[in-house]
Amino acid sequence: MTDATQMNDSGGDTVWVEHEALIDRIPRSVAMIFLFVVVVGIWDLVTRMGWVNAIILPTPAETWADLIFVGKNLIAGEYMLDALWTTTLTVFYGFLIAVTIGFSLGVLVGETKFGERAVMPYLVAIDTMPKVAFAPLFIAWLGFDIASKVALAAFIATFPIVVATAAGLYAASENERMLFKSIGASRMQTLLRLKLPTGLPYIFTGLKIASVGVMAGAITGEFLGGGKGFGALIRQSASQLDTPRVFALILYLSLLGLALYFTVVWAQRRFVFWNKSDRPGGVA
Amino acid sequence: MAEVQPLRTQPAAPVARPVYEIARLSKTYARNRLVALEDVNLTIHKGEFVSVIGSSGCGKSTLLKIMAGLMPPTTGRVVLEGKPVVGTRPDIGMMFQQATLLPWKTTIENITLPIEIREGRGAAQAARDKAMDLLQLVGLGDFANVYPGELSGGMAQRASICRMLVSDPAMLLLDEPFSALDELTRDFMNMELQRICSERNATTFLVTHSLAEAVILSDRILVMKARPGHIVEDIKIDLPRPRTLEMINTPQFGEIVAHIRDLLGKEASE
Repeated sequence: MTDATQMNDSGGDTVWVEHEALIDRIPRSVAMIFLFVVVVGIWDLVTRMGWVNAIILPTPAETWADLIFVGKNLIAGEYMLDALWTTTLTVFYGFLIAVTIGFSLGVLVGETKFGERAVMPYLVAIDTMPKVAFAPLFIAWLGFDIASKVALAAFIATFPIVVATAAGLYAASENERMLFKSIGASRMQTLLRLKLPTGLPYIFTGLKIASVGVMAGAITGEFLGGGKGFGALIRQSASQLDTPRVFALILYLSLLGLALYFTVVWAQRRFVFWNKSDRPGGVA
Repeated sequence: MAEVQPLRTQPAAPVARPVYEIARLSKTYARNRLVALEDVNLTIHKGEFVSVIGSSGCGKSTLLKIMAGLMPPTTGRVVLEGKPVVGTRPDIGMMFQQATLLPWKTTIENITLPIEIREGRGAAQAARDKAMDLLQLVGLGDFANVYPGELSGGMAQRASICRMLVSDPAMLLLDEPFSALDELTRDFMNMELQRICSERNATTFLVTHSLAEAVILSDRILVMKARPGHIVEDIKIDLPRPRTLEMINTPQFGEIVAHIRDLLGKEASE
């Protein structure tokens, strides 16, 4: 008989060894770098071998060179920095307006019967429309300047905030409402001291979705309405078939999106310190 | 099935001052014309511990909500300390199935919450010493400044006992307060509740699903039945005080439990 069988029969402790698959044991950083190298390797291969036309997909080296070029332009404070600043302002104002309107409408819908019965159906109806289709209207109303882009960005980002705020206000449990009622809290006190704090995790989820939407809105606005933003630069480069430049610009643009997103995540950690179930970087 | 005989007929106990008086109370929900309560009469005296037991839908939660001033009666008299109950009042303390502690406030801030809501932050600050004494009373003195996320279920319910007591209510209303706890913790909490109530000579009204819990804690048990909700029997429990968990195994205890089960079972078979 083998040793293993004898050990099982010996009446000693039962020893279990749990095997974790190799793929689950790789540390996060190593796994991320590994995937990056693999993807860039495949990318390099298909472009180097000429399997894909260089106009459609530039080589990693070309893209890298353009990344450096754009980076230098930005650092030197030349025209690309102006464009990025324009887009940043658009995103900032758009987000600010979306938060203000979205939060107010969310409280109206979540807290009043009128809002729930009269306002919400219209919001749902508008929300189901493809909001980008409103871009020509905003341009017609507000012109080719930054205002029309701000409007589109805010328009897209408002709805997730409304829905999240309203849902957040419903989140307090029946018992918690009864507690507040039993200790004589007014409607305003219940809203400010119970419903809003309870709803904060929901509201922040809405803000994260909105932070992604506001970027999409700003860039779409710049694509369709021209102007001086980063979106216009991308469209220009694309029309000149300068694909490496398009890639480089998109990568820098994504930094703006990431900055906004992680500002929201930071604020959530700061203000919703009690909700530890939230995972860093998670979308929801 | 044989007719269930009343358990004991005793002359009224030494009369304490009546605290809560309910007479000819009825409640009909207009929407579906459901009679939730019909002709409920009940007087709770100072220092008395009264439980109500019954299957779900028997109207005991409705009764509790009316007593708390959270819901108006359709007809009848509802009077606490000589004043009719027409809304929530500071002299009523409530406790719920869940501890309902706010996770963004520390334990002690949660306890002073009723004062903060009624009288503002300054008054809540001033009540901290008192809240601290209450925390000591339930054995949570070391947990005043932690957030509720770090408290166990039993500890959280003990904190909510403190919150209920902080405004020195004349009447305590408990809505199945320990039903979410595991059985061992629940037994322990019941003994704690008995100790706290007797130390403060508190007048208490408890809604519960648990026969053993009702018997071990109460001076009187009201057995309620549904359609329409009414009190079928008012049972006096004369087990000696202080009660202990060992009493659960005595014949007298078993007799009372069997009697209530019989009463409730009769309804189920109808």
